[in-house]
Amino acid sequence: MVGILEDKDRIFTNLYGLQDWTLEGAKKRGAWNATKDMLDLGRDWIITNVKNSGLRGRGGAGFSTGLKWSFMPKEVKDRPHYLVVNADESEPGTAKDREIMRHDPQLLIEGCLIASFAMQAHACYIYLRGEYVLERERMEAAVKQAYEAKLIGKNNVHGWDFDVYIHHGAGAYICGEETALLESLEGKKGQPRLKPPFPAGAGLYGCPTTVNNVESIAVVGTILRRGAGWFAGFGRPNNTGTKLMTISGHVNRPCNVEEAMSIPLKQLLEEHCGGVRGGWDNLKAVIPGGSSVPLITREMSETALMDFDSLREMRSGLGTAAVIVMDQSTDLVKAIARISYFYKHESCGQCTPCREGTGWMWRVLERMAVGEADPSEIDLLLDVAGQVEGHTICALGDAAAWPVQGLIRHFRHEIEERIANYRSRRANFAGHAIAAE
Amino acid sequence: MSVRRLAKEQPASFAFSKATKAKADWWISKYPETRRASAVIPILWLVQKQEGWVSEPAIRAIGDLLGMPYIRVLEVATFYTMFQLEPVGTAALIQVCGTTPCMLRGAGDLMKVCEKKIGPKDTLSKDGKFTWQEVECLGACANAPMAQINDYYFEDLTPETIGQIIDDFAAGKAPQPGSRVGRNSSEPEGGALTLTDPKLYDGSAAQPIRKLPNSDPVPA
Repeated sequence: MVGILEDKDRIFTNLYGLQDWTLEGAKKRGAWNATKDMLDLGRDWIITNVKNSGLRGRGGAGFSTGLKWSFMPKEVKDRPHYLVVNADESEPGTAKDREIMRHDPQLLIEGCLIASFAMQAHACYIYLRGEYVLERERMEAAVKQAYEAKLIGKNNVHGWDFDVYIHHGAGAYICGEETALLESLEGKKGQPRLKPPFPAGAGLYGCPTTVNNVESIAVVGTILRRGAGWFAGFGRPNNTGTKLMTISGHVNRPCNVEEAMSIPLKQLLEEHCGGVRGGWDNLKAVIPGGSSVPLITREMSETALMDFDSLREMRSGLGTAAVIVMDQSTDLVKAIARISYFYKHESCGQCTPCREGTGWMWRVLERMAVGEADPSEIDLLLDVAGQVEGHTICALGDAAAWPVQGLIRHFRHEIEERIANYRSRRANFAGHAIAAE
Repeated sequence: MSVRRLAKEQPASFAFSKATKAKADWWISKYPETRRASAVIPILWLVQKQEGWVSEPAIRAIGDLLGMPYIRVLEVATFYTMFQLEPVGTAALIQVCGTTPCMLRGAGDLMKVCEKKIGPKDTLSKDGKFTWQEVECLGACANAPMAQINDYYFEDLTPETIGQIIDDFAAGKAPQPGSRVGRNSSEPEGGALTLTDPKLYDGSAAQPIRKLPNSDPVPA
């Protein structure tokens, strides 16, 4: 057996699309089984069990899903409630929700019904990133099948009138931020809103709204079917459940896999991915949770567990559990500079520290990648990163600063060496007095 | 941010085709009646499918259709990078993912092939058939390096395979999307190591559940 999780405990049994994705196939694998009974047990039962399962949001932030649902108003007053599913999967390194949508769409639709019932919403929008054309076609087809089978829609077999609408974006990473997503869904530029008010108070069209990641919603049906205790039995306390993990970069066989939380990172790479290219000793660094989190070194990867707490202790994060592996051949400064370019490209432009800071950090890193910089600029870069972090409306500023801070924290010597090498070949080089141009 | 402007040369007019209009109405019906503006991104996309790119007259037409000020539609068209504001290749729009996970696995080499076969990036090729761009993470990182060509994903590419794909498009063929190393989707190359238990697929999971876990009434 590879890894920790056994096949019988996997939620996404068609992760690789080797089985039938249609309603018929999904039902055979257990989707929509006893859904009506769950709704009959009431919304408090659903929310309590989701809370007890320890499910933490799978979109990166890791907030308790059950708790989030309980923030919605208890009674529907003049404004309708909405569920919005965040399928704007754009975090570099992350490719998991895509597999749910194209291979197990019914699990997602079932989760939407359960979550919407628990929050008294009669309508749900699923916001896919625009590039996922195939996934959108698949979701539209799956929703159609669910309507035809009367699983959703008006007067459906579950006794809760419920509509699912597929919506899509057009290539903006920032729309993965929940309030930017709502702006985009309302037909505007995807610029995050100030919070409060939180979406549970005033979200889509000013109505109470909850925004959840695809994976967080798609696991709910199975959790309730098999019991909160079953789900909570995987991983360490406070980090429970199973999790889809995407492994990319310098491993022998990159893949997606559903694993138990808290699986050792080394075991994940060695057993599921055929190990690091050129062997474990050839490993240089790992970004364990998508491009937004700081990298960790090989020594840290030896003991890292794939969960929120272990990676936080290493001053990194689980994020979306998107593991980007980099071997000794990697030019780390260049790799992080490319991530900085990404954030520069994707900044929405609303807050000055992010709009200007992301571009500034990228330009400096590009120079550092060739060594054309002054050693004092490393501290200046850290200083600027610290000024971007925490000073913007949304977390994109933080996400842009963290990889840079991680690079300098662990690989400062590489930048210094490169600057020294560049200078030693150019005796008269005096460095850049001012980095910004 | 990326700076995006409308093309200098604009067509004189724009009209929705019958099919586009029908699709647009279907999108509008998804949102509350007073929230027609919600359909602006999907309709811009439909227009791009119809014309190949988004022109200024089209932006005005969409504003009229949705009851939105033109400037609001223009804002959306320039904010979202999937909208092509200039004509692109008629045979193929090739968008190579250049972000770190793909870069680590050789996206740079793919871009060199594109440059050699098509010309500089973001520029319409001389014959008008091709445009290639470097785009940000497309979310298929387990199948890196990859490119989106027209609508679909071509994955696990090498300089040879992307070269072949470009040649095929040039010859008027329609190459199949998907992995170029024989993977079905994102399972490890060589075959899935998990999800091999036949019991998952024998229908046992669909047996009626007599009683859900934790469903006993809580004692008062």
